[in-house]
Amino acid sequence: MVKVTIDGKTATVPEGITVLDAAKRLHITIPTLCHHPKLSPFGGCRLCLVEIKGVPRPVTSCTTPVADGMEATTTSPNLENLRRTVLELVLSDHPNDCMVCERAGDCTLQELAYSYGIRENRFEGERRTYAKRDGNPFIERDMEKCIMCGRCVKVCEEVEGVGAIDFAYRGFKSKICPPFERDLDCEFCGQCVAVCPTGALTGKLWKQKGRQKDVREVETTCGYCGCGCNLTLHVKGNEVTRVDSKAETLNEGWLCVKGRFGYSFIGSTERLTTPLIRREGKLEPASWDEALDYVAGRLKGIKEEHGSDALAGLSSARCTNEENYLFQKLIRAAIGTNNVDHCARY
Amino acid sequence: MNQSEENKKKVIVRVCIGTGGLAAGGKEVIEAFKKAIADFCVDIDLDFTCHYQKVGCRGFCARDVLVDVVDGDTSVTYQGIKPDIAKRIVEEHLIKGEPVKEWLIDDSYHAFHAKQLKILLKDCGTIDPEDIHAYVKVGGYDAIKKILSSMIPEDVIAEIKASGIRGRGGAGFPTGVKWEACRKAPGDVKYIVCNADEGDPGAFMDRSIIEGNPHSVIEGMMIAAYAVGSNLGYVYIRAEYPAAVDRLKLAMAQAHEMGYLGNNLFGSGFSFDLRIKLGAGAFVCGEETALIASIEGERGMPRAKPPFPVQKGLWGKPTVINNVETLSNIPYIIRNGAAWYSSIGTEKSKGTKVFALTGKVKNTGLIEVPMGIRLGEIIYDIGGGIIGDKKFKAVQTGGPSGGCIPAELLDTPVDYESLGRVGSIIGSGGMVVLDETNCMVNIAKFFLEFTQAESCGKCVPCRIGTKRLLEILDRITKGLGREGDIELLEGLCAGVKSASLCGLGQTAPNPILSTLKYFRSEYETHIREKKCPAKVCKDLLTYSIIDAACTGCGACKRACPAGAISGEKKKPHRIDPEMCIKCGACFDTCKFASVDRE
Ligand SMILES: Cc1cc2nc3c(=O)[nH]c(=O)nc-3n(C[C@H](O)[C@H](O)[C@H](O)COP(=O)(O)O)c2cc1C
Ligand code: SF4
Ligand code: SF4
Ligand code: SF4
Ligand code: SF4
Ligand code: SF4
Ligand code: FES
Repeated sequence: MVKVTIDGKTATVPEGITVLDAAKRLHITIPTLCHHPKLSPFGGCRLCLVEIKGVPRPVTSCTTPVADGMEATTTSPNLENLRRTVLELVLSDHPNDCMVCERAGDCTLQELAYSYGIRENRFEGERRTYAKRDGNPFIERDMEKCIMCGRCVKVCEEVEGVGAIDFAYRGFKSKICPPFERDLDCEFCGQCVAVCPTGALTGKLWKQKGRQKDVREVETTCGYCGCGCNLTLHVKGNEVTRVDSKAETLNEGWLCVKGRFGYSFIGSTERLTTPLIRREGKLEPASWDEALDYVAGRLKGIKEEHGSDALAGLSSARCTNEENYLFQKLIRAAIGTNNVDHCARY
Repeated sequence: MNQSEENKKKVIVRVCIGTGGLAAGGKEVIEAFKKAIADFCVDIDLDFTCHYQKVGCRGFCARDVLVDVVDGDTSVTYQGIKPDIAKRIVEEHLIKGEPVKEWLIDDSYHAFHAKQLKILLKDCGTIDPEDIHAYVKVGGYDAIKKILSSMIPEDVIAEIKASGIRGRGGAGFPTGVKWEACRKAPGDVKYIVCNADEGDPGAFMDRSIIEGNPHSVIEGMMIAAYAVGSNLGYVYIRAEYPAAVDRLKLAMAQAHEMGYLGNNLFGSGFSFDLRIKLGAGAFVCGEETALIASIEGERGMPRAKPPFPVQKGLWGKPTVINNVETLSNIPYIIRNGAAWYSSIGTEKSKGTKVFALTGKVKNTGLIEVPMGIRLGEIIYDIGGGIIGDKKFKAVQTGGPSGGCIPAELLDTPVDYESLGRVGSIIGSGGMVVLDETNCMVNIAKFFLEFTQAESCGKCVPCRIGTKRLLEILDRITKGLGREGDIELLEGLCAGVKSASLCGLGQTAPNPILSTLKYFRSEYETHIREKKCPAKVCKDLLTYSIIDAACTGCGACKRACPAGAISGEKKKPHRIDPEMCIKCGACFDTCKFASVDRE
């Protein structure tokens, strides 16, 4: 443990944590844009600069480890001036699009521009423009809004282990893109979308489906697989308009392509809402009791006529371990055969 | 043949095949000598045998190809030799004993060398870089043998610390202190990296050292490795230096063969080997943390320090990164002693420094001078003054991270602190001399174009800030500067300097700040009067013909690519300002100075 003093408040904190983390423990907020608590430090946006006694130039609190006896200042006229300059620079290369932006109201950059009251910008100049649109099915990549924080690159590399995107080019022309600037062709887990602090990455499915005001959040569990990730459904009226997950869940907010983007079936008119029994070649709605009785009757019948081994059970990866356990128990004990298997083997 | 070959006297023809030498045709010159000798052999029995020596850069690249003819104790140096002159030298000098006067070096060659002090470049221009024995003959690898047999690593570090040598890569960090930190860092595996990225525009110091004396760098790395406890080194060198890479590879192969690289060197139990990593020519990859990322196969982007490379460097292990010139100095320090080295230079800047002297001086080339020499001595004594005896305006040192120093500060001694005080740096050793025909706003713009294009894009102040700085400079040079632009530049420069992540962004504003400091009025004239005092900024110039002086010869009319000039023969001509593209062809063509450029 080391002792640090930040803005006059002293705390004892574990060695190895950053000044930013130490400040958090002291309930001191330092503006950040590129930092993400689950990803390795980047130090690119330069908003989190702090002054440290004895160090001649400001340092980024998100990358600087604490040291015993360290005295840091998180705000001063000089620091605020630097932050304002940095923000003006970022905004000078950013479309003035909040009006129609998917992320308005939920955008770190917008929030910072708001809290620093940046209306005039001293540094207007050329802006990056990208004519090309990414044709992938899930992720809207509006790279003119990208602030090059690198979070998407890191989540893709460090969390997904995919590395589908990276920095390319140099200078003002630097950008984040898939190899050779082709269309994104990856897992489509949407992790990058989840960590993007701006409207650069959004879901194609939720385009113009409504922003924050009239959206209800419903917590649920993903039914796609046995992992059981926690989902937050964004529901507008009775329609699920978006799915994401919170950082403090067992899945730490990370999801896969199915959990994040595979939700359009929920409101589908083709969706089954009751069991169906085929009678004389025609599917007819039935109640659950009817359907289960029907299945049980047929299983019994086959078993009696042809023996237990005429039956086999195949279960689904969408079930949990416990459900799979019960399933094999049913097949082995109730039906009496070892013909039981699982879709993940095929 | 009546005289056996062995009894004949030996004549050595030494030809420069450094960067400048090769470009001027060094290899062809050797071939031409060989051919000439062979041709003469047919008819006459020569009383000598001719031996060829290829040597690295001699510094005076403006006079390449430089050729020494060494006959016994006498050595004669020729300059500006082309293949077709070889025959004359063979005939008149080698055969008849009369040096060819018109190609002999002149006074300026001697003046160029008089104030230099060559430690590194001495061997560079005299030994064959492609032959390890040539290096061994002048004491090469003695230093490593000496320390392996008689010094413990701590002694080596103490010696380097006592010599006072500071890193030549730009920052001037004391080399011994760096080694000591790495030695003390916990860990069994450590690395030595030689930084041969040399990305500054116009710089070729490191390239010339590797091309001219590659073994000195290898030996320096071995000594560093022994001192810090490393067994593997990397040379990070840009792929655009194919000749240097080849020489280094050859040197490594020869060192392996001789048992100077590999396991259990000289029976001491110490092992050291080397790998080469080619860089793809990004300026920022010269920055040490970006360089490490690049060797590891990542995109060359700097990261925040701490941890410093000596704590956590290549592959996460303690690593010493040193510049080529720094490492090349090491064997000489060990051989001659720390006391010898620290007797050269100033109190805080020891030894010599190699500079690439370019721009508007008469004698351009590679020079090595003792620290503490005055800027004026370099420009007027070594450089021979300004071409065409124009007025000196400023000297730009330190490349894109440096600044411009004006005439009134020519007395400034060249050392880390003094150049820093006047708003520039020694940097890696670029030195560009500017005269009255250089526009300082334009110079600042030139360097900003470079740094902006080379920014790695990681951090906002550098990626976007340098772009905005460049845009402001651009509009000033185009006559679109606004009142308040100077203050805007100053404010943004300060922001970029203190908020950027790495040295590239932190120093990128220096060319602007130093020109603003010493040549502010030039900016003001551009902005307020829309004029370029040095007459460089095209958009601020107007061309017109002075009626009274024009003879009506029509030369300008013929020269003008835009058809903007009209006039009858022998009558004053006229330029249509709407059509003029401001190329200046008329101005250069008119023999009667009747074209006015304002
Ligand atoms: C943008 C940038 C480019 C650099 N380029 C080089 C280079 O080309 N060669 C070099 O030796 N050092 C370069 N450096 C300095 C290195 O980061 C490092 O300080 C140096 O190699 C250390 O060696 P030294 O202690 O021997 O000087 C550069 C630094 C920056 C910030
Ligand atoms: S990304 Fe943020 S700042 Fe940019 S337009 Fe969208 S809401 Fe506005
Ligand atoms: S969707 Fe997932 S795999 Fe694709 S780029 Fe984003 S993080 Fe990487
Ligand atoms: S796309 Fe988003 S997450 Fe990725 S670098 Fe740009 S702003 Fe950051
Ligand atoms: S200062 Fe420039 S080169 Fe250095 S990290 Fe920042 S963007 Fe990259
Ligand atoms: S400056 Fe060029 S274009 Fe203009 S008048 Fe002269 S020659 Fe013609
Ligand atoms: S949050 Fe620290 S630099 Fe971006």
